[in-house]
Amino acid sequence: MKSLKAQHHILANSSQQIEILEHGINHDDAFKLVPFQQQLESSGLFPLTPRALEIFQVNIGKMCNQVCKHCHVDAGPDRKEIMTKATMQQCLNVLAANPSIKTVDLTGGAPELNPDFRWFVSEIKKLDKHIIVRCNLTIILANKKYNDLPEFFKQHRIEVVSSLPFYSKDRTDRQRGDGVFEDSIRALQMLNAVGYGLEGSELKLNLVYNPAGAFLPASQTALENEFKLALKKDFDISFHSLFAITNLPISRFLDYLLQSGNYEKYMEKLIAAYNPVAAANVMCRNTLSISWDGFIYDCDFNQMLDMKVDCTSRHISQFNAEILDKRNILVNQHCYGCTAGAGSSCGGAVT
Amino acid sequence: MANHYYNAEDLGKFGKVGEFQKPMADKFFAWYGEVFAEGNLTAKEKSLIALAVAHAVQCPYCIDAYSSDAFEKGYSEAQIMEAVHVAAAIKGGAALVHGVQMMNKVKEIAM
Repeated sequence: MKSLKAQHHILANSSQQIEILEHGINHDDAFKLVPFQQQLESSGLFPLTPRALEIFQVNIGKMCNQVCKHCHVDAGPDRKEIMTKATMQQCLNVLAANPSIKTVDLTGGAPELNPDFRWFVSEIKKLDKHIIVRCNLTIILANKKYNDLPEFFKQHRIEVVSSLPFYSKDRTDRQRGDGVFEDSIRALQMLNAVGYGLEGSELKLNLVYNPAGAFLPASQTALENEFKLALKKDFDISFHSLFAITNLPISRFLDYLLQSGNYEKYMEKLIAAYNPVAAANVMCRNTLSISWDGFIYDCDFNQMLDMKVDCTSRHISQFNAEILDKRNILVNQHCYGCTAGAGSSCGGAVT
Repeated sequence: MANHYYNAEDLGKFGKVGEFQKPMADKFFAWYGEVFAEGNLTAKEKSLIALAVAHAVQCPYCIDAYSSDAFEKGYSEAQIMEAVHVAAAIKGGAALVHGVQMMNKVKEIAM
């Protein structure tokens, strides 16, 4: 399976995605949705403004060894966009100058595929920041040179956050590709073997659940309990928390929704589940997202839609915390994904 | 007036039955919510029971709602189909067990 970009697919163009989200499949406004901005206004949250910046999320490249059907990044082996060491150094300068930023969240693609990944991690650690790596698990087994990643993570006290859409092979492989479940299980066992995810361990291993289809996640607590029981019983695997994340109608998941005829119903479902409490706690209020080429976004989803922050500090080379603090966060129809039900963020439910 | 009895969109209007009789509807929906909350049975188990009952009472709205709900809560296609077979088996059995009544009656009058 190729990325949308490699297929020269119309949805590889972010402005086409926004056009569909705003004006419907046929661009004729026949399918009218309540504008997200209007919902925020009715909740007294518009314009949406940032709170104290805590999380600095860096997308260090779109290359990935997997091609998941729901990927909002459109990542895959054919994506060549990779953050350079020079841009990483600019990120490090910003981190050093902003002690209020406590956490650096590294994502991709598979962030480990960036040739300077390990250097970047050890430099961030020198600044005494908490580091999260969004590890797709299978990368650990993809090549011998990655087999020691669990040890590397441990050495740097990294929090590992890994996607596992379900505790059964069938649902996992349908979303992430054939063989992904078995490799993920082996990788989780390798992480457990070095101490990750064990009860009482400071080596945090958290899993991410996202629905393999056009529906919203069930209760995060109920899912976590089930995952824990099933993974322990079937594979003797332990982990700490499960983050239930809603799929946003972007990129390959948007493509899936359109191809399967689910787009309109899914959007209606998201809107019907709009929760003002979740809206008040959306992650873009305490997070910034940096792209492989150093641009600044309110979140990883806005990044994929090429909606750069609405202020003059738009690139890491011109990072200005004061200006960024005063900006208004950009919203559009995809934001309904983060405000549905219990809410959704890179750390799971927000209510 | 619609020219058919069932319309998928009507499921979304279920909450509006309170327009004609609010106090009873309010009681029903509060009770309904409590029935399906986590309890001595999990919300997931209750969803599967609801799906089976939906087939037994042949309610298309309930089938739509609980097919989605049971799948979303993590049951596989095969598990969901087995639940439907349970409903079907009970319905089939319920018909067939009346065969005993039939036999009793026939034996009563037969020479």
